[in-house]
Amino acid sequence: MSNSVISLKDISVSFDGESILKNLNLDIDYGTFVTLLGPSGCGKTTTLRIIGGFVEPDSGDVFFSGERINDLPPHKRELNTVFQRYSLFPHLNVYENIAFGMRIKGKSESEIKDKVTAMLRLVALGGYEKRSVSTLSGGQQQRIAIARALANDPKVLLLDEPLGALDLKLRKEMQVELKRIQQKLGITFVYVTHDQEEALSMSDIIVVMNHGEIQQIGTPVDIYNEPENGFVADFIGESNIVDGIMHDDYDVEFCGARLKCVDSGFAKGEEIDVVIRPEDVVVIPVTDAKFCGTVLSSTFKGVHYEMIVEIPNQDEDWLIQSTVSQEVGREIGMTVEPENIHIMKKYTGDYAGDEEYADSAEG
Amino acid sequence: MAKKKNSWLAAPFGVWMAFFTLIPLGVVVYFALTDSAGAFTFDNLLGIGQHAGTLLRSIWLGAIATVLCLILGYPVAYSISRAKGVSQQTMVMLIMLPQWMNFLLRTYAWMTLLENNGLINKFLGLIGIGPLSMINTSGAVVLGMVYNFLPFMILPLYSVMTKIDKHTIEAAQDLGANGLNVFRRVILPLSVPGIITGITMVFVPAVSTFVISKLLGGGKDMLIGDLIEMLFAGTAVNYNVGSALSLVLMILIVVCMAVMNKFDDGEETGALIA
Amino acid sequence: MKTLSKIYNILIFLFLYAPIVVMIIFSFNDSKSRTVWKGFTTKWYAELFGDQAILDALLLSFIIAILAAIISTVIGAAAAIGLKSMNVKLRNFMMSLNNIPMVNPEIVTGVSLMLLFVVVYRTTGLLQPGFGTVLLSHITFCVPYVILSIMPKLRQMNPYIYEAAQDLGCPPARAFMKVVVPEIMPGIITGMMMAFTLSLDDFIISYFTSGSSAQTLPVVIYSMTRKRVSPKINALSTILFLIVLFLLVIINFRQIRDSAKEREKEQVKG
Repeated sequence: MSNSVISLKDISVSFDGESILKNLNLDIDYGTFVTLLGPSGCGKTTTLRIIGGFVEPDSGDVFFSGERINDLPPHKRELNTVFQRYSLFPHLNVYENIAFGMRIKGKSESEIKDKVTAMLRLVALGGYEKRSVSTLSGGQQQRIAIARALANDPKVLLLDEPLGALDLKLRKEMQVELKRIQQKLGITFVYVTHDQEEALSMSDIIVVMNHGEIQQIGTPVDIYNEPENGFVADFIGESNIVDGIMHDDYDVEFCGARLKCVDSGFAKGEEIDVVIRPEDVVVIPVTDAKFCGTVLSSTFKGVHYEMIVEIPNQDEDWLIQSTVSQEVGREIGMTVEPENIHIMKKYTGDYAGDEEYADSAEG
Repeated sequence: MAKKKNSWLAAPFGVWMAFFTLIPLGVVVYFALTDSAGAFTFDNLLGIGQHAGTLLRSIWLGAIATVLCLILGYPVAYSISRAKGVSQQTMVMLIMLPQWMNFLLRTYAWMTLLENNGLINKFLGLIGIGPLSMINTSGAVVLGMVYNFLPFMILPLYSVMTKIDKHTIEAAQDLGANGLNVFRRVILPLSVPGIITGITMVFVPAVSTFVISKLLGGGKDMLIGDLIEMLFAGTAVNYNVGSALSLVLMILIVVCMAVMNKFDDGEETGALIA
Repeated sequence: MKTLSKIYNILIFLFLYAPIVVMIIFSFNDSKSRTVWKGFTTKWYAELFGDQAILDALLLSFIIAILAAIISTVIGAAAAIGLKSMNVKLRNFMMSLNNIPMVNPEIVTGVSLMLLFVVVYRTTGLLQPGFGTVLLSHITFCVPYVILSIMPKLRQMNPYIYEAAQDLGCPPARAFMKVVVPEIMPGIITGMMMAFTLSLDDFIISYFTSGSSAQTLPVVIYSMTRKRVSPKINALSTILFLIVLFLLVIINFRQIRDSAKEREKEQVKG
């Protein structure tokens, strides 16, 4: 609690009878880059808007540096937001947009000028003071929105899918830029996105959400390597998730094969989910193989080939990646190294792939 | 869309507008610059000077009515723009409804209210004031203008205000602006295009009216509209002088609008994009 | 603050509606007095329907409004589609032409048309002031509004659906009727209704272009108000108010429905 700049305790929200957040608990530490990650409608934007003060939770408490701020209106909160579509003031030029918050606080003109200049330098747009915001490109508008929010010296910066409207290349650049800014200023960033790659490359901590509930909190490496359930595994990177049985510690059976693994602590004979990353499947001669399948298709992806393989008696086909292409229709043998077999408790909810992309509730 | 292929569909419209908009304006100019015998002259235009008082009074009363409409209409437009769904639609309809009732009848209704023995004076008599002489005054004319043209102010204001992105307002709150600051620094400047449109939509009919001044002003103090009406359809028919006056009225309004638009451009580039 | 703004709104609505309500009440007053209530009667309505001049004017207004609405919708819809596929320069010129009758003071539009008709009549003997001149004038000021209500619908329309229809083997003319027209239909109907009400309501332009043979209802009302006599006029106002109310409710209902549909579309897209 003492380390947390923001704490959410038992937060629940529903709109029009539809539950958006269910008893959400989250502590965010000083100076970290925290990403709320999840599919559309998972409640990540709502969580951010609760912190910003734009949504009032039905129940639960919001703490800022240990103080309860539920009743504090947005303009009194010491944090600032970078909005989804930038929301720059169209009637003000770049300078005045960045100066907006300081003018309200009644800062002196020279102070404002210094700060605006510093902020523009920070976002690499020095000299743009007099430009009208409507003449800026999307990427530039985004930088101004960041500068505008940071000019207020917030302790926490909230970012609501700020890069969603940019093209891929620009998005990559801005990811690096944002991380650099965060490290330079040392303040807390709370970042909302549905893009797992973005989350993995920028965050100190990732909070994976689905259906208004937190699925897992952890570092990018933890989340990728040790997903706690099928949803996380499926949402973070591509995965093959198959039913399996844990016969004993370090001994798992799936796809009709018994393999060694590194997991323990499950009941004997417990039904579990097994997660195998496509890049972890090793193709070997059929004769040596623990389990086999037929190649249905093979697609060149640049660095590797992506193949879909049908395995007898399995509901779903597997996705495997390999630098060597296999002939379509051929039977191949496969195996997986023990450390690449991830065992998880059975997950009963929906997988990310089943999400309907309707963002209306998050507004 | 098939470019160019469908352009010919606009031809009837073009021909129609040429015949019934451009040529008539040409005819007005022609009449304004000729005497009754058809000879070229500047006398009509130069003679406008003697009607300067009428012209100024029209502008003055029109301006007062416009300012009143803005002051009265702005808060209404704002609260409608902040209202939700159905109640917003209903309020807009309630604003539009009287506007679509024949304005002669609306003005006539005020005539009966403002009379010396009208309902308002009857009511004032009950609480011991009056009777005030309200009908046939400039005040009554301004009242008539405000009453008839208030919706022309409210509707454009409302439509600009609803287009203000709610995230822009949230951004202002996020940056520390309280209610008053949000209004002063974001909503007001962003509604300038609506103010401009509203002002033009009220000022143009107010400055050129002849019905309101006839019915509520008693025809005592003539406005430019009364004068033009008189010269075309009234007792002192003179198309040449009338055309000259119409031309001046038109130029006056074009100038006013140009000034307003300049103001708009200077201050608010990009405001319409929001 | 909230209650304050509510009270303010109520006062404004009171200001807008008080005269109308008073007028409606006194249309049932059993006296010529415009201030003293003498009991309920419908005799002014009876008298109104016995007044041939008013009935003739009403009929004339309706005929002109219907004709003006239909003709201006045809011209306007064709123009809107034509303008869409025009090059920008020409379109801007046409649009500013379109704006003239809307920004010009009505009285100037009225007298300019009147002068045109006078000149044409003097030189050719055609266009004697009357039914024809009023109709021509009404179409002139209605067309711009029709165009303005159709243009946004055309802009919203996905430009590729027309090509898609042709791609699927529909000949251009038929593709147009099957695909484009239904898309812009709401705009066409709104435009037509607007033209109808504008025409029915117009006084100033009719006043200058009608002559003595084709006096529309507003022109007749004007001459009645000049004499300030019969409460018949209150009865007439009440009836017209109800007609307009009815029309507005329909238009408004359509708009609410349209915007609801658009919202739905957006949600599906989102």
